[in-house]
Formats: sequence, C-alpha cells, structure tokens
Amino acid sequence: MITSKTTFQGYRRENGRVGVRNHVLILPVDDLSNAAAEAVANNIKGTLAIPHPYGRLQFGADLDLHFRTLIGAGSNPNVAAVVVICIEESWAKKVVDGIAKTGKPVTGFGIELHGDHDTVMRASKVAKEYVQWASELKRVECPVSDLWVSCKCGESDTTSGCGSNPTVGNAFDKLEPLGATLCFGETTEITGGEQIVADRCANGEVRERFMMMFNRYQEVVERHKTSDLVDSQPTKGNIAGGLTTIEEKALGNIQKIGKKCKVIGVIDKAEVPTRPGLWFMDSSSAAAEMVTLCAASGYAVHLFPTGQGNVIGNPILPVIKLTANPRTARTMSEHIDLDVSGLLQRQKNLDQAGDELLEVMLRTCNGRLTAAEALGHREFVLTRLYESA
Amino acid sequence: MIHFVLHDPKDTVAVVVVEGVKAGQDLTGWIMDEDRTIQLKSQQDIPIGHKLALKDIKGGETIIKYGHDIGKAIADIKAGAHAHVHNIKTKRW
Repeated sequence: MITSKTTFQGYRRENGRVGVRNHVLILPVDDLSNAAAEAVANNIKGTLAIPHPYGRLQFGADLDLHFRTLIGAGSNPNVAAVVVICIEESWAKKVVDGIAKTGKPVTGFGIELHGDHDTVMRASKVAKEYVQWASELKRVECPVSDLWVSCKCGESDTTSGCGSNPTVGNAFDKLEPLGATLCFGETTEITGGEQIVADRCANGEVRERFMMMFNRYQEVVERHKTSDLVDSQPTKGNIAGGLTTIEEKALGNIQKIGKKCKVIGVIDKAEVPTRPGLWFMDSSSAAAEMVTLCAASGYAVHLFPTGQGNVIGNPILPVIKLTANPRTARTMSEHIDLDVSGLLQRQKNLDQAGDELLEVMLRTCNGRLTAAEALGHREFVLTRLYESA
Repeated sequence: MIHFVLHDPKDTVAVVVVEGVKAGQDLTGWIMDEDRTIQLKSQQDIPIGHKLALKDIKGGETIIKYGHDIGKAIADIKAGAHAHVHNIKTKRW
C-alpha cells in the first residue's frame, strides 16, 4: 500500500527535481554529431550517447520542437550532467544554455574548425570529469510527491483494455492524491473516447485546450490519409491481438487514467508541466516517440502496459512493462516487469494489481533495472512535424 | 476457468482470455463491472484476445463494448461467433 509516508531513494538535483537514474549524457544536436558522441561514450565508461537522425535544415515549429526535446532530455532529473556535441558551435550553445537553467553541469562542443578527433578528445576530458563527479552523488529519501510518472501503452490488444491499462489507472488513482505529477497522451488513440477525456477535464479551459489539440491531430489525419487510418490505427499487431476498431482501442487506452483522476492541464509536445496532477500531452501514439517526449517533459519513470508484447525502452526514462496477456507473459517473459494476467482469471482484483505495479515502480525508482534497461533498449526517437527545408 | 470477459452487462461482444477455444465449446464469461458469470457456447475456434458475439447481431447494428459504441457490424454475426475485422468496422474515417 502506498501512502503519504511512502518514500523512495532518488537523486535530488540542483533545481529540486528528483531523478531515479544518474546518467551522464553525451547529447548530439544533429545527425552529423552522432559519430563523435558515440566515440566519447565509448572512451568514457559509464556515459551514455543518445544518437538520433535529425537536426539539420529543420525550421519553424518543427525546429522549436527539436530544441525543446533535446533541452528537455538533458534537463531531465534522471540526468546528472551533459556533454553536448553539434556540428555548429552556436547551436551547441543554444542547447547548453537551455540545460544550464537546471543548474546541472553541461558543456558544449562544435565540430566545425576542429574535426572529430579534436572534438572527441576535448569532449572526452569533460565527460570523464562529469562521470567521476556523478559517481559520488548519493541517493536520498524522497516522498512520492517528488515523482513524475508517465504512461503510454503499446502493441495493445484486448487484454490491455481489460487488465494492464486499468492496472495503470488504479496506480494513477493512488498516486494522484499523494501529489505525484502524471501524464498520458497518444492523441489519435483517444479517437472514439475523446468525450470521456473531455468530461474528465478539471474545468472548461482545460477541456477547450484538450479538444483543440484533439481536433488539430484529426485535421493532420484528414489532410494526409489515403483511404482511412485502418492500416495504422489499429495497427496490424493490434488486429492480430483481437482489436477491431479505433474506438475499441481508444476505450481500452483511456483505462490508463483510472476512474478518479481529473485532467488538470494540457501540454504541447515536450512541454514541462507546472504543477502536480494528471496532464494530457498532445503526442504521437508511436511508442518510442511518445516515451521520448515524456522524457523531454521531465518525467522520471514510465508505466507501459502491453498486450502483444512491445519491447521498447528509453535511454533516460526507465520503462516498466506489464501485461495481462498470459501468452505474452509466457513467450516474451524477458521483456515483462509485471505479469497481471491473473486479473483476467479473477485470481486477483484491480486494487491488488495496482499495488503490485506501484511496488515494482518504487523498486525501479530505488535503482532496480527494468527489463528494457537490462536488455539494452534505448530508443530515443524525435517527433517531426513536417519536412526539412 | 474464465474463458471470456466483458466490461459492461450491455456489451454485445466479449474478449476470449484463454488460448485454444474450440467451436462448440461451453464457455464461462465474467462480467467485470458486476462480478458475475454467464455461459455461452462458441460457434467457432477463437484465438486468445479476439472477441465473440454475445447475441445474434444484424449487419448495420452498433457494436457495444465498455458500454460504448465501438463501430458497426458489416455482416450478420451469430451469438458465440468470432467478431472481428471481417464483420465489424469503425464508423469513423
């Protein structure tokens, strides 16, 4: 049972936020800087490079989102310190300045006029100092109100809506009164259940903003669809798992927000919530994109229910997987942190499953590696809004 | 043994939660919201996670799950038959 007296051992950062991991990130601003970033991470043991394919010739809102995501990833409290590498020094500085607002150590390097060898050498020297410094940071006792917990489901099937998603909902209903900061999203995957979410919004202003975000995404679908979304929503994996329509998937999806939590605010992609409670983030339903956005928003731990067995992880955010599908629990056991298939055989009730999930979550926050971390899943996937220039 | 579950007593389809359901098998279903069980005979083999119809459904009729509209039947579906993309479609898009 989780109560206001429940604590976990976390890393309290310079800005007061609490992390559950202690990464030293080597963060490339663009695709061209991946090689140098990975070379630094290879040189300096205990650091973590997060390569990605974007960052050149983006413009407007898409470029803003790119910077917001990278700055957010570096600012995440699971990160102790950051080395930023960019082809251009001025853009490295822009990311460094954003991350520096947290008060954590961060240094940037530009490759132009130096080349990879010199950049890797200079960045490695700083990374070594950072990783040795971070290795002496101590975990301290923190209340549950310091926790930021996000959720998103993946490779859903019908067991998700019956078992694993309501388990997350039960956990959220218990975390919310304790002052935790919570998040859900997956805008298109609410299609058919949008009125239920709208009814859960705390006031008219939040509701209006939610419906604006929802309708904005529907317009994107309308603009780009060929026939309809049946090839991707539900996905082939969803359909193989027994989900038939987007409405069925959506109604299962929103079980994750529990029965009681009110939606207190709505954020755009990779924006940072400003107070405790349940937030809706406008986001793709693609697992790695959504979890990466949660990391950029500052969430410290992620609850990920799966039906058919999505194997996703994230370099910054521990991703805890649960399933209610007994076949998935058996055939993909190495990916599953919590098996709640007993729910569907009436062997346990939702309250017990929710408590089990919270226990696994607290153990994870105290330092236990998730299945995805142990298996090396580090999907860092940036959301793009449109073509590069 | 629970073979299938439904959320709401008004639901017209339910989810098979065990592997290997065969045609003609007597099945026990659990109505989660009311915590009571019902009985139904399957008309076909139905994979785990897939749905069966709880009553005879006519083409065009709305399909109810979670007590909500999840789409419409695009063919007649017999009680106990496999209910999926071959006989149900979204009303959107």
